[in-house]
Amino acid sequence: MSKFIKKNKSEIPAINTASLPDIVFMLLFFFMVATVMRDNDLKINNELPVANQVEKLDKKELVMYIYAGKPNFGYQSQYGTEARIQLNDKFAEISDIPAFIYAERESKREELRPFLTTALKVDKGTNMGIVGDIKQELRKVNALKINYTTRIGDVSLNKN
Amino acid sequence: MARRSSPEVNAGSMADIAFLLLIFFLVTTTIETDSGISRKLPPIEESEDDVLIKQKNIFTVLLNGKDQILVEDELMELEEIRAAAIEFLDNGGGKGEDGCDYCKGKRDPRSSDNPDKAIISVKNERETSYAVYISVQNELVAAYTHLRNVRAEELYGESYSEMTKNYKDVNWPGNKKKLKQKINDLRKDYPQKLSEVQ
Repeated sequence: MSKFIKKNKSEIPAINTASLPDIVFMLLFFFMVATVMRDNDLKINNELPVANQVEKLDKKELVMYIYAGKPNFGYQSQYGTEARIQLNDKFAEISDIPAFIYAERESKREELRPFLTTALKVDKGTNMGIVGDIKQELRKVNALKINYTTRIGDVSLNKN
Repeated sequence: MARRSSPEVNAGSMADIAFLLLIFFLVTTTIETDSGISRKLPPIEESEDDVLIKQKNIFTVLLNGKDQILVEDELMELEEIRAAAIEFLDNGGGKGEDGCDYCKGKRDPRSSDNPDKAIISVKNERETSYAVYISVQNELVAAYTHLRNVRAEELYGESYSEMTKNYKDVNWPGNKKKLKQKINDLRKDYPQKLSEVQ
């Protein structure tokens, strides 16, 4: 009666890996959603100050970024430790700002141009002198909507 | 003795679990957006007829090179600015046409006439640090928000911050047009008049 002879399976069956792709895709999607693309390589220290009365800048394509702060350690021998401006991914002078604004405006659709905002991402240790100069240049080219980009938190954190 | 074989685990529902997690994260994560204090710079061309502003309607905040804060020529700590600004804006010292029937201030004739005339002027020196400048700006915006909140509670029974939050929220069920009107009315009652002088 060979019918009743049990097959003697002694080895552990292989783990089913059919769902592995699902898990991998899930992770992929998660990171795709949660990551923020950094489009500028920062050459300056950029620790933003803190504020809590903030508004969101939600239309990313309508924002122009101007960075300012002390050059990073690697660039200090070349550019010194005085605060500098960074436009796109290179150091710039105050006088380069109008050209930058015009270029940014040119790259946007005409009907969107009046809504362009300039986000000033300035390191909290910077002096107001350079910020004042930037504002003056922006006024000259009529880019009047600005936003002092900050982190969200209580202002007492700004003290140190 | 032969080892007993373990039964195979059914993995058919693994994909369902994975999708469930995926959808959970999709719904709950928000892409980080930049936020900050928005300002409008004054246009560069000088207007021909300078509007005469009475000294009592200007609230001067001066930040010197040593990061000290001088409010109306008095040394002040950062924490005190908000209260001082609220007191100035909500003073309502004007009479007749310049009066302010909703102000709750002291009605001191030496301070501002009404919130529409009251101007806060922030001056800074080149050596002032950016962190202090932002802190002061933040406190001044907070003063305006506080006054609008109080006014909104009085008129509509909900705070101004709540209303602006609802306005931005796409899932908010109420009438957006009406809400916008209310927000604009509040902004008209307490217009944000912050001037930035070099």
